[in-house]
Amino acid sequence: MKRFIFCLLFIFAAKTSFANLAYITNEKDNTVSVIDIKKNKVIKTVEVGQRPRGIIMSKDGKLVLICASDDDRVEVREAKTLKLKYYLPSGPDPELFILSPDDETLYIANEDDAMVTVVDMNDKMIIDDIPVGVEPEGMGLTNDGKVLVNTSETTNMAHFIDTSTLDILENVLVDARPRVAMFTPNDKEVWVSAEIGGTVKVINPSTKEVTHTIGFEIPGVNEESIQPVGVRHTNDGKYTFVALGPANRIAVIDQKSKELIKYLLVGQRVWQLAFTPDQKTLLTTNGVSNDVSIIDVEKLKVKKSVKVGRFPWGVVISPES
Amino acid sequence: MRSIYFLYIFLIYFCFGFFILEARELSIKQIEERKKADVERLKEREKRGNKKFSKEITLATKLIFLSMERKTPPVLSNLDPILDDEGFYGVKLAIEDNLTTGRFVGHDYKAEFHRVLLNENLKSEFQKLLNQGNKFFIVDLNEKELKTLFETFNSEEIIIFNVRSKADSLRNENCKKNLLHVPPSYSMLSDALTQYLVKKKWNKWFLVTGPDENDRKYADALKKSAKKFNIKIKKEKVWDFSADLRRTAGKEVPIFTKGEKYDVLVVADEKGEFGEYLTYRTWDPRPIVGTQGLTPKSWHRTHEQWGATQMQNRFRRESGRWMTEVDYHAWTAVRSIGEAITRTSSNDVKDVRKYLLGEKFGLGAYKGVKVSFRSWNGQMRQPILLASPRSMVSVSPQEGYIHPDSELDTLGKDQPESTCKF
Repeated sequence: MKRFIFCLLFIFAAKTSFANLAYITNEKDNTVSVIDIKKNKVIKTVEVGQRPRGIIMSKDGKLVLICASDDDRVEVREAKTLKLKYYLPSGPDPELFILSPDDETLYIANEDDAMVTVVDMNDKMIIDDIPVGVEPEGMGLTNDGKVLVNTSETTNMAHFIDTSTLDILENVLVDARPRVAMFTPNDKEVWVSAEIGGTVKVINPSTKEVTHTIGFEIPGVNEESIQPVGVRHTNDGKYTFVALGPANRIAVIDQKSKELIKYLLVGQRVWQLAFTPDQKTLLTTNGVSNDVSIIDVEKLKVKKSVKVGRFPWGVVISPES
Repeated sequence: MRSIYFLYIFLIYFCFGFFILEARELSIKQIEERKKADVERLKEREKRGNKKFSKEITLATKLIFLSMERKTPPVLSNLDPILDDEGFYGVKLAIEDNLTTGRFVGHDYKAEFHRVLLNENLKSEFQKLLNQGNKFFIVDLNEKELKTLFETFNSEEIIIFNVRSKADSLRNENCKKNLLHVPPSYSMLSDALTQYLVKKKWNKWFLVTGPDENDRKYADALKKSAKKFNIKIKKEKVWDFSADLRRTAGKEVPIFTKGEKYDVLVVADEKGEFGEYLTYRTWDPRPIVGTQGLTPKSWHRTHEQWGATQMQNRFRRESGRWMTEVDYHAWTAVRSIGEAITRTSSNDVKDVRKYLLGEKFGLGAYKGVKVSFRSWNGQMRQPILLASPRSMVSVSPQEGYIHPDSELDTLGKDQPESTCKF
């Protein structure tokens, strides 16, 4: 009987022994850096497929999914060890992707192929591909998983897709080179960043109309280097963080009034963002300075930067804290 | 006994778990099955009918791509194939891109390709196209040929995109209201290069110019840039040997470059008749810049930043070769028309032109910042790549060159210096 308890404990321990880890894809190094957020330190660097970009986790935090863009597939790895479990078919050049709330369906933007590929996570098969604009990238999903928004960088549109029929409902023109689409926590707005246009458009998902256009002006920084990419909303509806690329800053915006609160200076060419589960900390990937900035969300201050591999691109943080 | 039983269960659990974790690599058989499944899926989709979101076509636009047949030049390099389809795939790809957007908003695009043959007359062929009522032209012609076009007509009812000529005169004294230029002018290219050389403090130049008219224009632009950025041209020479240098360069070049004190050898040789053979053969060890060595370009195969990788991949998949500058210009021209029509919902020449030259226009063209047109002479403002044969060295404008409106306007003639009057 004692051994039985021992076995149970062993299994239990194996399942809960990780927490507060951030996974960063290094596009030019073909690696993933793992940061222990409490220690602000890289604890591990793991070799992955070619040109890793988008990275997400399953809701239970057990799986890490990585777009290996130049391998034309998605790698599924065990979060704890980052050991490769299996590959998922993805269509050519997967860049960014999103999992349905039940972890059953994966929606992948195929940058080279003007498609959104839909993959069944159980069968590990492609269910369908949806023709969208040229160079699809950003992927946003409502909380119930019913509406998917994909942005296409060269077509300059946000495509609203009904996930039950996989049909396009509507296409909304946004500014040049839309990179990221992100629903607000209450699903009442979707924010779309336009890298070359230099703006963030706020779209009402029910009317499909643009309700706000947010522009940025930073003294001493020329307009052309203000290039919005990553967007993250706090769940309390207070702040929205927008990464401004080569302007090397994060804009903090009042989520309700859409007014600018302040700019936070981070590393060079900041693109993607991720919160810790308690949303007290925000991580940014700074591609050119090859580091990750760690931001204190309550104080709106940059705490530290952590060196990672070459051209850090995507970031995801384990759900447990 | 009981404990062994539990251990047994544990082992089964463990092995089973292990099995789930590790046995996922696909066998050839599995891959074949998936391929079959792909085919099935395709059939299913066809059965469901065309799911492509498309709106009824409300606006259809036809573009003309006009080029000339050219005599094959002598082969100067065994490496680069001589292309007779430059621009074609650029237009094709951009039409596809425009159609993708168009499908969602009800706009249709089509391009017709016209090549004027050696025994045909450009002027009369162009007149025929005008008589057919064509409005949008993408033209792959040199400076002289472009000027002939304007001998026939000068109507504001049409719009012409130059995708080849870099001549400064077309952007200044010979500018036309309905002529837009995608290629950077010689002076934009030379300013882009000079800004970088200033940054490197390579301020003493030895300038070698080839025998062609275009080489002289390139050299003129370089001299103007040198003056603008306070560079000293220590020596200027014209290369007028017409011999094939492949076997004799080792003897000729050292003598040609001997006895001068300079930082860089600046070469203007657009055809590549001798420029390639200067490298490693100068009397003193000096880098080569200009049309060879480190060259300012609007597009280059080493360019991979800002989504350029996707463009390079798409282009190579379509054409089976690397994208050239003319291809890039043609793509950019057709995409500019598409962008203007998408945003204005009009294909009226006046609306399109107004939008293109206006402040709102900005196109993502894989250069990191938006490209747009200078309202005073129709030149596309754009960052310039500084490329060596196998790596991207820098992108101009260089940091620190500031401008009240756009830093891109530190390249080439700015509004106050422009002699263009529409």
